Amino acid sequence: MTNNLYLQNGLRFLLLVLAQVLIFNRLNFLGFINPMVYILFLYWYPIKQRRSVFIIICFILGLAIDVFSDTLAFHAVACATMAFFRPTIMRFVFGVNYEFQSFKLSNTTRAQQIAFLTFLILGHHTIFFLLEIFSLSHLLLLLKKIVFTGLGTLVLGILMITLFSAEKE
Amino acid sequence: MSGRDGSIQQEKRMQQIINFILRNKTTLLYLFLLTLGMAMSIKSHSYHQSRFLNSANWLSGSIYKTQSDITGYFGLREENDRLVEENTRLKKLLYNSADLTVAGAATDSFPYQVIPARIIKNSYALRNNYITLNKGTTNGVKQDMGVVTSMGVLGIVEYTTDRFSAVQSLLNTRSNINAKIKNTNNFGSLTWNTDRYDVVQLEDIPRIVPLNIGDTIVTGAMSSIFPENIPIGTIQRIDLENSDSFYEIDVALFNDMTNLKNVYIISNRNSEEIRLLEEKINDDQ
Repeated sequence: MTNNLYLQNGLRFLLLVLAQVLIFNRLNFLGFINPMVYILFLYWYPIKQRRSVFIIICFILGLAIDVFSDTLAFHAVACATMAFFRPTIMRFVFGVNYEFQSFKLSNTTRAQQIAFLTFLILGHHTIFFLLEIFSLSHLLLLLKKIVFTGLGTLVLGILMITLFSAEKE
Repeated sequence: MSGRDGSIQQEKRMQQIINFILRNKTTLLYLFLLTLGMAMSIKSHSYHQSRFLNSANWLSGSIYKTQSDITGYFGLREENDRLVEENTRLKKLLYNSADLTVAGAATDSFPYQVIPARIIKNSYALRNNYITLNKGTTNGVKQDMGVVTSMGVLGIVEYTTDRFSAVQSLLNTRSNINAKIKNTNNFGSLTWNTDRYDVVQLEDIPRIVPLNIGDTIVTGAMSSIFPENIPIGTIQRIDLENSDSFYEIDVALFNDMTNLKNVYIISNRNSEEIRLLEEKINDDQ
């Protein structure tokens, strides 16, 4: 069972990195929208695992994306931050249920799942583009990038969640 | 007696510190990673990027190369047409030059040497864009060599590994290339304001210079990286307030930065000598 868990997450890690750098980083939809779907790793990662390990893995995940896309360590910082705040977001979205041992992401409502994903994306993209643009004088550009790339990530994220959760049932 | 008390107290304090660390270990870990990430990002905002955090390393280089090998077949015809067109133009130049023997001349002695390369990763949606090429130090590529396509200037090599190199694209806020108006000697520097991926900015052209929309911008003679007169683009918009002493010029690039495949890396035999000379001047001052 534990082996299975490692294998599943390891494989997910690899596939998400490859999908991100080989497909989604090249989309350039409307000239600038490159959805960051690798953030789904944070969505899917099991809840009851050790937090510190989770944060380290997410930092490495971000760094892997950074190396491929020449973005210094922006993805790493954004990703580790979201990993750190994930329990807070989950408590906010799922309420007290989240504390129970029997809590499962698949048992929650669709709206809750989407809300959870939206918060992850919003936080991640805000940090990423803040670091990338590195000045508040381009506030409009910053907002444009966050909103449109965020929407792209959200749509593709929901599609992928629907696609890959169907086989588990 | 008091000594033992002191040591017990010290032990207690240690215990408290350890407890504090254990209790907040996740937060501390996160703060540590945050600092690490920020350090990597901010330190590298200076001229040269840190060594491993670029896509020219063997792992990402190999993966991008594999992808490029596979997808390279699409658009081959288009790329062929472009190369034939360029060949035609070069042949025309050659046949109309006074001395036809240049065709057979030994090109190795020329100051500028050209290394052909292929783009395996391109980006243009970020603020600091880098392009990865499939040639590295084993092919003679070095830092600060110029990169051009058949249409015009593309960027400058910033990092090399054995088999790959990372090029700082024109579409990079740190890019700064010497450029001038064609057929004049009025030069300025070419920068990018990140707004559009097909438009760059030319700065420091004084207002006394007569300019027209549509004028061609080429590389200047002030750089040891590019040969003079390599095309860059045409003037798209000229902005000159009454109080300004310099123009603000938008330049539409000849290159379609979104659709590039084959490039040429230009090495200048004399660049090392020029660099040493310039360093000497700086030292003397």
